[in-house]
Amino acid sequence: MNTVVAQLQRQFQDYIVSLYQQGFLDNQFSELRKLQDEGTPDFVAEVVSLFFDDCAKLINNMSTSLERPENVDFKQVDSGVHQLKGSSSSVGARRVKNVCISFKECCDVQNREGCLRCLQQVDYEYKMLKTKLQDLFNLEQQILQAGGTIPQVDINETDTLLNFANVQG
Amino acid sequence: MAVRDLSSSSSSPELHVLAVDDSFVDRKVIERLLRISSCKVTTVESGTRALQYLGLDGDKGSSGLKDLKVNLIVTDYSMPGLTGYELLKKIKESSAFREIPVVIMSSENIQPRIQHRCMTEGAEDFLLKPVKLADVKRLKELIMRSGQAEEGKTKNPCTKRILQDDIDSSPSSSSSSSSSSSSSSSSSSSSSSSYHDDVSSLDDDTPSSKRMKLESRVHD
Repeated sequence: MNTVVAQLQRQFQDYIVSLYQQGFLDNQFSELRKLQDEGTPDFVAEVVSLFFDDCAKLINNMSTSLERPENVDFKQVDSGVHQLKGSSSSVGARRVKNVCISFKECCDVQNREGCLRCLQQVDYEYKMLKTKLQDLFNLEQQILQAGGTIPQVDINETDTLLNFANVQG
Repeated sequence: MAVRDLSSSSSSPELHVLAVDDSFVDRKVIERLLRISSCKVTTVESGTRALQYLGLDGDKGSSGLKDLKVNLIVTDYSMPGLTGYELLKKIKESSAFREIPVVIMSSENIQPRIQHRCMTEGAEDFLLKPVKLADVKRLKELIMRSGQAEEGKTKNPCTKRILQDDIDSSPSSSSSSSSSSSSSSSSSSSSSSSYHDDVSSLDDDTPSSKRMKLESRVHD
């Protein structure tokens, strides 16, 4: 048995489990991984890349809408949050999604300060996740280059640990 | 192998699904979900584009851009411009396309009365996002089964809005299509519509694969 591969696989496994346990990812991410195969080895990476592009664009738009205190377009912000919540949910970006929940609440009561805090937080969270996933994909590449296969990860055990309170804005 | 007509193929044919969603991320995911479930997929970004694709955009001369018959339409509910509900209505209003099953996808924020409205309008099913592989598999089986049951049946020309109480899904094993078996269900004067989940044997305990079950209601 190739111990380099085994080590890398163990590293990968531990890392991805920690991402679930720390609430960065939820079950939907593992659903996406199911859709990846030898024929589409980059599917998950492509989808999350689209997601991160989406984040950057939406955050930028919302930032503009929130800029002037006397003239905040809350409808536009709400629309942005809605889209962000949707796409984060679709890729399993749990923390990002949770911030969106708080963000929407601030929007509903037209709390500009709250919105700005949430905006900052969502920006932080998506960038954090981007870094983490890049590390994960790098591990995947290393495994494949060493001639190994990417481990399946059963997150059902980690699911019970995912009882995080909503991330507050 | 391309399948031109669902009803003419005896082997397991490929469904051609038109997926409508304004989110790029969601389009990519639903496309993959459907492809991995052996469906042909066309994705469009809006209800308007969907109508154009089908040739329903008012341009009488156009036969639409599609090269393959569409067997199923899956659409997001909340989209800018034409909503999923409005798209559903337009499809059900059209004699050419009303028989195509339409499935609505939405996040959990959608109120029950909106789900109800969609089902009343003739939606085949309502999927909660994020959509999972199990949802798509279940959906495909539903559609394939009702598609086979449709063969040879005369279509009920009445639309859902005229005969709202004809939406009873037949409890028989063959069909759960909302547009089928309307003639066999009673169109009683005090309409009681109930939507039965005929495919209850399938995996129904994932939260996102809920089907709407409505109790009977009286409406005037």
